[in-house]
Amino acid sequence: MKSRSKALAASLAAVGLVASLAACSAGSSSGKTELRVATFPPGADAAAYEAFAAQEEQFEKANPDIDIIGVEYEWEGPTFAVQLAGGSLPDVFTVPFTDSKTLLENGQLMDVTAEVEELGYADKFNPIILEQVQDADGNIFGFPRQAYAMGLHYNRDLFEQAGLDPDAPPTTWDEVREAAKAISEATGKAGFAQMSMNNTGGWQLTAATIAHGGRTQEGTTGSYTSTINNPGTVAALEFLHDLRWEDNSMGSNFLLDWGTINQEFAAGNIGMYTSGSDVYTALVRDFSLDPAVYGLTVIPLEGDDAGVLGGGDIAVVSPTVSEAEKAAAVKWIDWYYMQKLLNKDAAVLDAQTLVDSGQAVGTPVLPVLDQETYLESREWIADLINVPLDQMTGFFDGIFEQTPVGEPKGKTQEIYALLDTVVQAVLTDQNADIDALLTKADADAQALLDE
Amino acid sequence: MTRTPKRTPATWLRGGGLSTLVFALPMVLVFAVFSWSPIVQSFVMSLQKTNLITSEWVGLDNFVRVLSDPLLGTAVVNTLYFAALALVFGFPLPILLAVLMSEVRRGKGVYSALAYLPVIIPPVVAVLLWKFFYDASPTGVFNSVLGWAGIPPQPWLQAQATAMPSLVLEATWAAAGGSIIIYLAALLSVPPELYDAAEVDGASIWHKIWHVTLPQLRGVIFIMLILQVLATAQVFLEPFLFTGGGPNNATVTVLLLIYRYAFQNSLGGNYGEATALSVLLAIVLALLSFVYFKLTDKWSAS
Repeated sequence: MKSRSKALAASLAAVGLVASLAACSAGSSSGKTELRVATFPPGADAAAYEAFAAQEEQFEKANPDIDIIGVEYEWEGPTFAVQLAGGSLPDVFTVPFTDSKTLLENGQLMDVTAEVEELGYADKFNPIILEQVQDADGNIFGFPRQAYAMGLHYNRDLFEQAGLDPDAPPTTWDEVREAAKAISEATGKAGFAQMSMNNTGGWQLTAATIAHGGRTQEGTTGSYTSTINNPGTVAALEFLHDLRWEDNSMGSNFLLDWGTINQEFAAGNIGMYTSGSDVYTALVRDFSLDPAVYGLTVIPLEGDDAGVLGGGDIAVVSPTVSEAEKAAAVKWIDWYYMQKLLNKDAAVLDAQTLVDSGQAVGTPVLPVLDQETYLESREWIADLINVPLDQMTGFFDGIFEQTPVGEPKGKTQEIYALLDTVVQAVLTDQNADIDALLTKADADAQALLDE
Repeated sequence: MTRTPKRTPATWLRGGGLSTLVFALPMVLVFAVFSWSPIVQSFVMSLQKTNLITSEWVGLDNFVRVLSDPLLGTAVVNTLYFAALALVFGFPLPILLAVLMSEVRRGKGVYSALAYLPVIIPPVVAVLLWKFFYDASPTGVFNSVLGWAGIPPQPWLQAQATAMPSLVLEATWAAAGGSIIIYLAALLSVPPELYDAAEVDGASIWHKIWHVTLPQLRGVIFIMLILQVLATAQVFLEPFLFTGGGPNNATVTVLLLIYRYAFQNSLGGNYGEATALSVLLAIVLALLSFVYFKLTDKWSAS
């Protein structure tokens, strides 16, 4: 008798376990279309959530049959593919230009050609940018929503402490070097810092290469040639070498990536660094930067064919959603990402909502639509712009005269990873042989491209 | 003569076998789903090219590619370097501390608590704390302390030569507490008569440790040694969080390389290569353990 009641108890426990597991996957019963959309990276401040909640309410009021569920999301190499395979990606999310081509070739993005055409702004996109989300037949797989150009970010406070004029930031790489030296001598902080980890070292080295008139890759789809060992890359690395080993003006931390360099900059430990022009939003929202010390200018361009590296991201729909969810997803993308670029009322509403929750409005970007529409859209919200525009004049005055250059298309992230090592070697080994490092990286990159 | 009753399904049932099975079932299921099935799946995956949605069989291609990766040699050497440093500096330390602590007459509890404290701190938190301590500027925590002693600031994680020893230092600190507790427990089982006899023979404290304590701890030391070798061969947390494998691949370990294969590139995730290297590592470690236990069996018997 006793053993039977024990068995019963155990069976009940087992059933309970299974039942509670099953409860995890309970579906919707409200009759609305549930749409899981990407919001912002984990770690954003409470005000960002308030702003999103307000926008969610506005959208749901206009579209009562759609239930928006915000999901924290950050595009990260390590988790993206696993989330995609495991089905835990939001239905609407964003991916950088560098990955959009491969994703659409792998069939991992939903075709939205018909929807974009129906919305009527297919021809308004900047064609260079639209090309990032089209396959060979011209089908469209996403909405370019934001683009950036590389910019030089600097700390005005450290400039002042070093006796430099924060309203006249450096305009050549030599001036950057001088300013870095002055800052580190006067304050003991890093005058100039450089990302070097998790593929960001390669990203920044590519940007510096292009700014020195070089290119790390040539050719078109299917026949890329690695040109990593070029005078531009050599110049970019020699610049780093001189700052690190001759001037000692790069501080003492040489293992930085996008997140940690932002953190150090926001904490006032870095005088200057290069990163996307749109990073101000994240610096304030996620890293608590004091806006008063922020300065932004264009990166110096030197050499005949010099340009500014640009990139950006696109809003896309998961390939696994149903027809109803797809329709809802397109409505959301149009409302959340696109209308504010096209329509005065939407732009003002969006800006007002963000301003009310203390979010940055007016961060400099590159236009994904034509330049005219972009400048017009800034007029609409001129009164609401709350980023310190007068501390960004260097960027606004110079950016439209710089030639934007896209990121290398073949095996982008893998080659960035190879270049991380090169940057780290130059920063941590005084006798690093730049030519040998680049020759090796070039051969390794070509092997990747030939696969 | 005792008669062993013949075991039949009926006696099994009467003896409460069914309820045992039912009680064990949740555990068996959990193990099957979360532990055994991934092991089998990774063997399968090592023979495939997969993006986790569609897969194709590629035979031993993944193994060939892994073995021809120039970074594999670097990773193996780095891992051996880490293991060797941990063995030379990290392994004797807990034994020494445990023996010393067992000799202390008062406040033993306080010392064990202090020694065990680092184990209580979550490993990731510990690494991030140490990353802060390792700040390479002259005002960094460790560099300030060194400065008081007149030692110039060290680059710690920021130079290729000092990065790996810095990782070992933290790993030793983090792991010592657990080992000390185990050795302390083992020391309790050493019969006090042996010490008394040694004392009568006029043995010094070092003679007692060398001729009584250590031989008595032999079994535990053998086990702890192979456990440490297995753990250091799979070191991941420290290089991943401290340096990401840098500077200039100075701290890329085998497990970090596996991670990179699988996750570094969002789109080209080489899960096949990652599992192939995992399988290779598992085989090497299994062989090592087998040989080790054969050898120590012999030593223990002699």
